[in-house]
Amino acid sequence: MIEVEELAVAFGEGDARRQVVKSVSFSVARGETLGIVGESGCGKSTVLRSLAGLDRHWQGRISLAGRPVDKRRTRDQLMLAQMVFQDPYGSIHPRHRIERVLAEPVQAMKKGDGWDRVASALEQVGLPAAFAGRFPHELSGGQRQRVAIARALMLEPEILLLDEPTSALDVSVQAEVLNLLSDLRDERQLTYVLVSHDLAVIAHMCDRVLVMQDGRFVDELTKDDLKAGRTHAQYSKDLFEASFLA
Amino acid sequence: MSAPDPVLKVHNLSVRFARSQVRAVNGVSFDLGAERLGVVGESGSGKSTVGRAIMRLLPPSARVEADILDFEGAPLLSCSAGQMRNLRGNRMALIMQDPRYSLNPVLPVGRQVAEAALLHLKVSKSEARERAAHMLERVRIADVGRTMELYPHQISGGMGQRVMIAMMLLAKPRLVIADEPTSALDVSVRGDVLKLLDELVAENNSGLLLISHDIRMVAAFCQRILVMYKGDVVETLTRLEDAQHPYTRGLIAALPDPRHPVHRLQTLDRLAIEAAEVRV
Repeated sequence: MIEVEELAVAFGEGDARRQVVKSVSFSVARGETLGIVGESGCGKSTVLRSLAGLDRHWQGRISLAGRPVDKRRTRDQLMLAQMVFQDPYGSIHPRHRIERVLAEPVQAMKKGDGWDRVASALEQVGLPAAFAGRFPHELSGGQRQRVAIARALMLEPEILLLDEPTSALDVSVQAEVLNLLSDLRDERQLTYVLVSHDLAVIAHMCDRVLVMQDGRFVDELTKDDLKAGRTHAQYSKDLFEASFLA
Repeated sequence: MSAPDPVLKVHNLSVRFARSQVRAVNGVSFDLGAERLGVVGESGSGKSTVGRAIMRLLPPSARVEADILDFEGAPLLSCSAGQMRNLRGNRMALIMQDPRYSLNPVLPVGRQVAEAALLHLKVSKSEARERAAHMLERVRIADVGRTMELYPHQISGGMGQRVMIAMMLLAKPRLVIADEPTSALDVSVRGDVLKLLDELVAENNSGLLLISHDIRMVAAFCQRILVMYKGDVVETLTRLEDAQHPYTRGLIAALPDPRHPVHRLQTLDRLAIEAAEVRV
């Protein structure tokens, strides 16, 4: 579903130039959930933004659904992958009603006006259709993150890119949102790339985990590795211990 | 576990805001000796309000009532604003969540730590600077001379939090309230910050109140845990395994555990919790 070869991203010019992602390669099969775990500044979100088409100065090769994509995406390519951001307080327009938030991607991609799809989109993330007329501040954090997920699904993408989707939420609400994400994945055979610093969340959701440090992948863990607490690099061992799992 | 001379005695502490009849904190009682006590709960459970009520840092609209609220044997509620100012940062300290907001962005960090020494230790300017440098060394800041000249935006979050700890513990307070001291930090530095906090608090023979939503972290670090739900302490635990209340059990079950993978996580059964609340 996703093929990435020698992806490299740098920010800045001259002396200030910093190589944030240093030639990484990976692939994700259809229906698989890949996790990327690492500390702040390791480049994990940058990988995701390049996949989504938000950053346009990456180097290397990215293919989505078997076809290589360019730095400037066509509409069809953009619709393949949608992103859910960390902070639902920041990612939803505070002065737009929920119906407008949800209809906007449909209108932006010239797929109709989108209003007729709002009610079903809300119901599928477990919110009442009556929420369409509300403003974001009238919703709790967990409900807002559900709206953000509904918005990402409006264009019926095959890939969801999740950037710390639950780290702004309470553990009890986090459990509800993670359950919603796994139900949606089962229903629609979605492919996920989940980025987080929380190893427990990653281990719960993902079939395979890449450990990222300083712009490179230093370890790859399978579900069995996680269950047994097995690691292949010192850094992932440290991460494990720091998460109070060891 | 209560020591013969508890640092802090709290009996039936309640907080209401403005004209609301709802109690944000509803009759909380505990004694804190020279130990590590954790307070856990969801957002809105009242855990931070407890910390702020003890420090008397709540806005004027908050009404704080308690049968007993004694710090080192003296009642806090009858203290004047001036007396409280002398206590805060000196005998009792509060460490907040995000060093980016709790440090002054336009002053070098060294001056901020020295200011704490100047205010509370009544020493000369040069002596204050020396004490600050010594304290920053204690919290394992490398190259202290250079770091002291840096502004908060030039240092990392973990370093910022260690500067905060240095500033707060410089006057050797008897009571340290840490409100989510590690949740803005990366997992790999969390352990170091907690260890450091523990080391300094134990050295001063002080009491530590650790407020957090992360029940696993609190359980690993604290000797006793208070679990708060909607302003009530629903349970006091020494080990997570002893949890009886459905809320505590729900919180633990909602945490993903890589060792015991499940397909769906358990979510809180609010009805069962309400039912248990009525019975108590």
